[in-house]
Amino acid sequence: MTTSAEDVTIQPEKVTIPTVESPFRRFVSDFSESKMALLGLAVFLCIVFAAVFAPYISPQDPYDLAQLDIMEGRLEPGTKSFVGYTHWLGTDDQGRDMLSGIFYGLRTSLAVGSMSALLALLLGGTMGLIAAYFGGKIDTIIMRIVDIQLSFPSILIALILLAILGQGVDKIIIALLAAQWAYYARTIRSTAMVERQKEYIEAATCLAMSHRRIVFRELLPNCLPPLIVVGTVQVAHAIALEATLSFLGIGLPITEPSLGLLISNGFEYMLSGKYWISFFPGVALVITIVSINLVGDQLRDVLNPRLQK
Amino acid sequence: MIVFIIRRSLQSGVVLLLMSVLVFVGVYAIGNPVDILISPEATPQEYEEAIIAMGLDKPMWSQYLTFLNGALHGDLGNSFVFNEPALKLILQRLPATLELAFGALFIAIVLGIPLGLIAGIKSESWVGRSIMSGSILGFSVPTFWVGLMMIMVFAVMLGWLPASGRGQTTDLFGIPVSFFSLDGLSHILLPAVNLGLFKLSLTIRLTRAGTRENLQLDYVKFARAKGLTNGRVIGVHVLKNILIPVVTVLGLELGSLIAFAVVTETIFAWPGMGKLLIDSIGVLDRPIIVAYLLITVTMFIVINFVVDVLYSVLDPRVRLGEEKI
Repeated sequence: MTTSAEDVTIQPEKVTIPTVESPFRRFVSDFSESKMALLGLAVFLCIVFAAVFAPYISPQDPYDLAQLDIMEGRLEPGTKSFVGYTHWLGTDDQGRDMLSGIFYGLRTSLAVGSMSALLALLLGGTMGLIAAYFGGKIDTIIMRIVDIQLSFPSILIALILLAILGQGVDKIIIALLAAQWAYYARTIRSTAMVERQKEYIEAATCLAMSHRRIVFRELLPNCLPPLIVVGTVQVAHAIALEATLSFLGIGLPITEPSLGLLISNGFEYMLSGKYWISFFPGVALVITIVSINLVGDQLRDVLNPRLQK
Repeated sequence: MIVFIIRRSLQSGVVLLLMSVLVFVGVYAIGNPVDILISPEATPQEYEEAIIAMGLDKPMWSQYLTFLNGALHGDLGNSFVFNEPALKLILQRLPATLELAFGALFIAIVLGIPLGLIAGIKSESWVGRSIMSGSILGFSVPTFWVGLMMIMVFAVMLGWLPASGRGQTTDLFGIPVSFFSLDGLSHILLPAVNLGLFKLSLTIRLTRAGTRENLQLDYVKFARAKGLTNGRVIGVHVLKNILIPVVTVLGLELGSLIAFAVVTETIFAWPGMGKLLIDSIGVLDRPIIVAYLLITVTMFIVINFVVDVLYSVLDPRVRLGEEKI
């Protein structure tokens, strides 16, 4: 029972499996059915690559003051720089190369987005599992909190917390975590409620396993597929929310330039027709979100047991 | 039924009280507004006087009780910056925000329902597919960036529409509104479209799903067998049936439109309460932040309460499910 769920988390490229009809092989072939999803995955991997290796592939280190020249500020896309390389996407008001800025911005955006989604998954997943496994009063209390929280839009929760906590990387991660954990809790609870009724849990209980072992070793692996689907969508959501909050000036501080801050930085120049400072970081943000959503959509179709052939 | 309403209103009260503690303690624990408000050349004595004048020398719980007592009497303190009651400042800007939210809702309904109907009827043709792709894009693209692009295209490049402000307003029962003058309409168009884009995608999806479902049902076949025209079958019979869920969901979404208005108002410099909030966070104007958060949270709690009660009237299972707890 547990193997199919565990295999799902393994990176598709690195594993070679001799048998033809293993669950994992079927997962890969099911996933590859949609060309859009494959394109999304490819684009997303490129984005991750650009973010991880930003210091090596960027033409310029945008945060090394020695490399900046204020005379090169607000150059149009395609202008040659004094040093020799071309600013394909133009420069911002400080003379920073936009392409390099976007690579570095992706780093921050992806790190904050995936970090908060991961923490929200851990917190929400644990709460949901506990609620489903123990039931009764514990379930009522946890799910009542979840219900109340889900009745507020996530941006309002994040706004309240950021108004209280102030700016900072840790603070925005806390705000995103608080805004998103309830989605995971609700998803895993509904799956775990179904799984709890099955024979293997009964068998595990008869074997006198500890609660912790049953919850985390037996129940959790079987609840993973829907959690992965929600997780993908929520990473995209976290990235968009972080960009929005940073754009409003209440998210990340200017020392941690995410895509949202780059866009916000270009806002004041937009009215004078210098579109590229806001436009290109926004395009990068949209491509990131759309590619994650494409992968998430296909994962939902593949991992949904009701749609399985 | 009465037990259910009492229990629900008690729960709403507890949530509101918890929120007020959280917001108050949180907001008042950060920073010292005196540093920002008083001039750097002030003498230590003037500094002390300013702290006492704002009541910042008292302990936290005493400040909270004073605040709670005031809040129950409709007094949320004076803004540090404007030196006017915070509640009054927020309420002054509430009409602008509501106008924007209703404008967005109007656009979502007026465009979303016909587009969703078309996408549902011709779901396999390229028209239906491109409407659906558009709605997926509407879900994925962050609202604030679309707003910037709209300013760039319609205000900067084409110069058709103004990029900021509310324009000329006319008074309706003493409340200034934008949509009676051409100038006001031209100002509200871009922000309302921007805010409504997400709900537009939602409406398209809901309408499309409802249309596809309803077209399979017997009453449609019967209406066709009677010889009714296609336009009448869809425009009257199908439309009536899909409107109920769409209107319910959109009514619930009104609250989130008010929350998201913060973003749109900041981009288009729309003088609503969301922009006031962002400005106030920047200068640590605590009473305004607290007043905004409490008013918005109260609005949400009231909306949710009304919806819960209405549902329990319509669907007894909701009420009966509660009894067990």
